[in-house]
Amino acid sequence: MGILSVLIFFPVLCGVALLVWPGERHAQIRGFATVASAVEFIVSLWLWFGFVPGGGFQFVESLDWISRYGIGYRVGVDGISLLLVLLTTLLTVIAVVSSYSAIQTGRKGYYASLLFLETGVIGAFLATDVFLFYVFWEVMLIPMYFLIGVWGGQRRIYATVKFVLYTMAGSLLMLVAILWTYQYSGGFSGHGTFNLLDWYGLGIPASAQRWLFAAFALAFAIKVPMFPFHTWLPDAHVEAPAAGSVMLAGVLLKLGAYGFLRFAIPLFPQGFEYFADTLWILSVIGIVYGAIMTLIQEDIKSLIAYSSVSHLGFVMLGIMALNLVGATGSLLQQINHGISTGALFLLVGMIYERRHTRKIADYGGIFAVVPVFSIAFLIVALSSIGLPGTNGFVGEFLILLGAFNARPIFATISTVGVILAAGYMLWLVRRVFFGPVVHAVNETIRDLTRRELATLIPLLALIFWIGIYPRPFLDRIGPDLESWLKRVRTVEMIKAPAWDRPTPFVPPEAVLSRAAGKTPGDGGTP
Amino acid sequence: MNTLLWTLPLWPLVGFLLNGFFGRRWGKRTAGLVACASVFLSFAVSLFAFAAVRSADTGRLTVTLFDWIVTGNFHASVSFLLDPLSAVMILVVTGVSFLIHVYSLGYMGHDPDQPRYFSFLNLFVFFMLMLVLADNFLVMYIGWEGVGLCSYLLIGFWFRRLSAVRAGMKAFVVNRIGDFGFSLAIFLIFWHFNTVNFLEVFERAPSVAAAYSGTLTAIGLLLLLGATGKSAQIPLYVWLPDAMEGPTPVSALIHAATMVTAGVYMIARCSTLFALAPVTLLVVAIIGAATALFAASMALVQNDIKKVLAYSTISQLGYMFLALGVGAFAAGIFHLMTHAFFKALLFLGAGSVIHALSNEQDLRKMGGLKKSMPVTYWTFLIAALAIAGVPPLAGFVSKDEILWRSFSSPLGHWTFWLVGTITAALTAFYMFRLVFLAFHGESRVAHDVHPHESPASMAQPLIALAVLSVIGGWIGWPRTLGGGAWFEHFLRPVFEHADQTLALSAGEHSAGLEYGLMAVSIIVGLLGILLAYQWYIKSPERPERWKARFAGLYNLVLNKYWVDELYDTVIVRPIVGLGRVVYRGFDLAVIDGAANGIAGLMQSLAAGGVKTSTGRFRFGAATFAVGCAVALGWVLVTVMGAAR
Repeated sequence: MGILSVLIFFPVLCGVALLVWPGERHAQIRGFATVASAVEFIVSLWLWFGFVPGGGFQFVESLDWISRYGIGYRVGVDGISLLLVLLTTLLTVIAVVSSYSAIQTGRKGYYASLLFLETGVIGAFLATDVFLFYVFWEVMLIPMYFLIGVWGGQRRIYATVKFVLYTMAGSLLMLVAILWTYQYSGGFSGHGTFNLLDWYGLGIPASAQRWLFAAFALAFAIKVPMFPFHTWLPDAHVEAPAAGSVMLAGVLLKLGAYGFLRFAIPLFPQGFEYFADTLWILSVIGIVYGAIMTLIQEDIKSLIAYSSVSHLGFVMLGIMALNLVGATGSLLQQINHGISTGALFLLVGMIYERRHTRKIADYGGIFAVVPVFSIAFLIVALSSIGLPGTNGFVGEFLILLGAFNARPIFATISTVGVILAAGYMLWLVRRVFFGPVVHAVNETIRDLTRRELATLIPLLALIFWIGIYPRPFLDRIGPDLESWLKRVRTVEMIKAPAWDRPTPFVPPEAVLSRAAGKTPGDGGTP
Repeated sequence: MNTLLWTLPLWPLVGFLLNGFFGRRWGKRTAGLVACASVFLSFAVSLFAFAAVRSADTGRLTVTLFDWIVTGNFHASVSFLLDPLSAVMILVVTGVSFLIHVYSLGYMGHDPDQPRYFSFLNLFVFFMLMLVLADNFLVMYIGWEGVGLCSYLLIGFWFRRLSAVRAGMKAFVVNRIGDFGFSLAIFLIFWHFNTVNFLEVFERAPSVAAAYSGTLTAIGLLLLLGATGKSAQIPLYVWLPDAMEGPTPVSALIHAATMVTAGVYMIARCSTLFALAPVTLLVVAIIGAATALFAASMALVQNDIKKVLAYSTISQLGYMFLALGVGAFAAGIFHLMTHAFFKALLFLGAGSVIHALSNEQDLRKMGGLKKSMPVTYWTFLIAALAIAGVPPLAGFVSKDEILWRSFSSPLGHWTFWLVGTITAALTAFYMFRLVFLAFHGESRVAHDVHPHESPASMAQPLIALAVLSVIGGWIGWPRTLGGGAWFEHFLRPVFEHADQTLALSAGEHSAGLEYGLMAVSIIVGLLGILLAYQWYIKSPERPERWKARFAGLYNLVLNKYWVDELYDTVIVRPIVGLGRVVYRGFDLAVIDGAANGIAGLMQSLAAGGVKTSTGRFRFGAATFAVGCAVALGWVLVTVMGAAR
């Protein structure tokens, strides 16, 4: 049994053990969950150190599962999934520790749900068998369903049903497409397979690729969420418990972008080409529209949720660019969003525990009361709007640089989102933290406890680490994205309309020598 | 030297971290000392650096600290470039910063949040040094946004005051509009040059300009957009007057002497690019001249002592842009330096007055302070004479150089000179209006306030800056008056490319013309002072009469031409209003409505129209399960069918 299987199944086993645990004492339950998630995180660090950049899928395990149908238990980690897995294990520890005081009822089920969720997410990131992926993809809905539906806020039922229905609607079409592709790979004749690596070489006809891509893309676009499939997100976030929001924004949304990277685009490159314009436009709309919607939110959580729509628009933009700079930025920005938005939801959870309100208008001037909390929030907010020196800048800059090389006009419009981001974040900060203390109740809020600070410090450290020295991250994801690009660039992206078609870059020396009637290389360099 | 050089921005960073983490614990005194010491160390290193540049064979030094962002063909490292231009900048930045840090010891002495203040101030110096030392566009961008952050934090330093926090936010967001241009320029630069390193970009610029006409124009205009944000030029100047909400030493350091000159520095740094696209230089000159005049007109009528100085700063920055625009890059940087001295002095003097009057900033409640605050008065007077262009003070030398070049340069025009000269007259007038209103005449100070001279920690920086305001210009004393124009000579290597491209030649005009124009600019300055004397000392009732006679015009200028209101109505409100309308009318009603509608439809179909009373959760869950089963069954049947 390899390390990846340990990572996948250790949490679920711990979760089951927790459910059957005879004791009822809170300290025992949360202690157990904490140790379990911490062990998981420490084990996952092995991937960070043992990973060979550019080595393709590593720590691979491959077992026959339902061999009659070509279904295998195939798992592996590469540069695309590595950081996402690590982010998941880290955020799970933080989610567990941050829930000590917030969750007062049904603790066993709650912590077990978090652990089940971890299994589902990690499984989905690691699966290299499409059937296995689909199983994990659906499995993780269940713990999330309970996390929101049982431990959520007032409208939790509405939110959780909406969340599940939205996701299911998308994934059913994806299932159809999966089965069709399986059929194409040989089907029930005995040669059919669900092995992703085999699927990459299927050579599906372009006409079929279109609807297959559309089916996959819909499932992933809902998860991302891309405009106009985003309205489940604010509801889910507002109603979810803080740790649920952390996991939802931190890792669950990433599965959408990950799905595009791993499945939809490389499996159906010609289908992707057909829909590329649509996806570009939806990403750009998502960025600007999401930012404007964020601007006017009056609930802190739904504000951060809408800002996610804008941020994930950037992530999609980087993928769409189909160049190394953009794709690297996109993948890094997925991690960054998990860190920054995860931290924001964590912080909102902390203040909610104290004041039991998420309304911006119920705060104001609390910088003077809770300085440590405020400074932490300010740092995270600044990283979220991409201030240089923080993680957000590196990702956002690479994405926009890559997108600018592919589609200058779209990238230019998207850059407006960066201005709006400053507007909505600083406005939020101003209304919550600055000015006089308007409500007397806010004068007695206590500042962060040591436990709360401990959950934030790893995220703050990552914000600066990635912002100041991102090379360890970039080096690990770059080479595999290069081979990813080779795979998906089977077709040239030439469909851009003339007003937004970048001139293929020719070094100025070559242009000049051509103009002078010389061939490049015969000394035309000035 | 190389090992020393990278410690230059390090000291203020260390100061920031120490004060940030321990400032509260070790109290006000220590926090202030740590902050001052860290900037002083930087200043000392700057002196060494300056000497090293002068003796370096190539005229510049580069230091690479580490690779920052590396992916694919993109490469940006954290590295510094020290050449005559950045050498001048680090000296000005660390020198003025140190004086203002010392001044702050006194000015902020009573503030319990002093550690926070000093840590932010240190952080600002760190980012400012990153900005001017950067050897590529990306590191410059770190500094660029970083100083913006510090500006935001320090404008809103007194965070309980809503107006202060609003002003800070306005500064940041308006600057982000400029940064939008800056970042697009970086994208374009990388696209066409395949690098963001300054020296490599400048080296390749001629061939890129030849091959891709228009590209450099676009880059230049986008960089200019960035510069108008940071340096408060039309159309993005609106944040600077509001920024006066911050503590006065902050206004002196960030919003007069250093940060706001970053745009000037950036254009000078990219002189090679701008010179290859002369249209952009013309735009720079027009924006500069227009801003100089426009802002000076608003300074005429302000009643808040800091607001007068704020508009004056915008106006003086306009002069610097004008200089850059006519290709006189060295003159622009020269004025940047002298302006840093006398404008910092003016602000600190104003701070001294405000301090003495228990935070009174209204000129109408001052008057007669000359006797009670002699040091402040005399130093302030020197600075006012300097900015009014009275020889032989620093402001005279640098401003006259700009006026002369705006007339004589091949890129210049007599209209530029005329606008500059009118602005000079206005400058002298509004500045002495301020001097006379604050320090001369009858005291209009409230009875319970007793003005007093400021403590030594505040007075000494005033004296030091006063000395610099007098002699600071002498290093650029023009040849026509027997000087050596050493400053221009020192910077020549940096602007060599641009000068060659623009083919600027100096000797086309007669010396007589230069003397004549010089005389005109001195005379209009003196006339401005004289008029202010007439109006505010001799017959103080006259301004009121004029106000009444030109009430419409007066109100227009007093209300700053209603530009803030215009921006608010045309940009801010529509975006927020549109957001509200779209959120309710589209996001919730249409998108969410459609989703809920479909779900509702499914629900009634699945339940077969049977009414249930089991509550929505179980009902929803059941619907969900039934729906899944139906869909899955359908899929399986289809696929199995296809399989057979």
